[in-house]
Amino acid sequence: MNHYETVFILNPVLSETQIEETVKKFEDFLIKNGAKMVSKENWGLKKLAYPIQHKKSGFYHLFEFIVDGSVITPYELEFIRDERIMRFLTVKLDKHAIAWAEKRRTKLKVNA
Amino acid sequence: MASIEQQAKAKKDGEIRYLTPLNIETSKQKKYCRFKKSGIKYIDYKDPDFLMKLVNEQGKLLPRRLTGTSLKYQRKVAQAVKRARHLALMPYVGDMLK
Repeated sequence: MNHYETVFILNPVLSETQIEETVKKFEDFLIKNGAKMVSKENWGLKKLAYPIQHKKSGFYHLFEFIVDGSVITPYELEFIRDERIMRFLTVKLDKHAIAWAEKRRTKLKVNA
Repeated sequence: MASIEQQAKAKKDGEIRYLTPLNIETSKQKKYCRFKKSGIKYIDYKDPDFLMKLVNEQGKLLPRRLTGTSLKYQRKVAQAVKRARHLALMPYVGDMLK
């Protein structure tokens, strides 16, 4: 079991319900494959540094989860196949990164 | 005659004489690695504001010789900047970023 995090960018033309649906789809996929969700973050609509698919903004979401490494390949395949996803990045977290992620979460909680 | 003899002798000894004393700054402030100094172990690619400090105004990575970052952390900086670029948090190419 490894600790991972994924950032993905959703198409800005989607409606709110479509966004929720997409996020739910990937969350369900992870839980179905025995993942433990650590945190979920919604960064909202953000401006992109450069255009992707002729779009200048996108909805950013962040997942942090613990799952077996063999699940990652089919999980990323789901991202590739989904047209609503413009970009995604899955990163394995080492012990320093996990410590940093926890610190970041508490900081966000204090600010909120 | 004596002075010429003296000069010839001085030349033989290899003595160098300067008209004005050399004024070269030798004690410059030493560069240090900011990550080592402040104990940062992980460089987050999700924080583009911080990563902007390690990049020049065209969005290129600054060399170690300018920032003083140690090799260990320079590799991590490079990785983080590349990840941030992929997620459109930072530009691949830019102009007048600073």
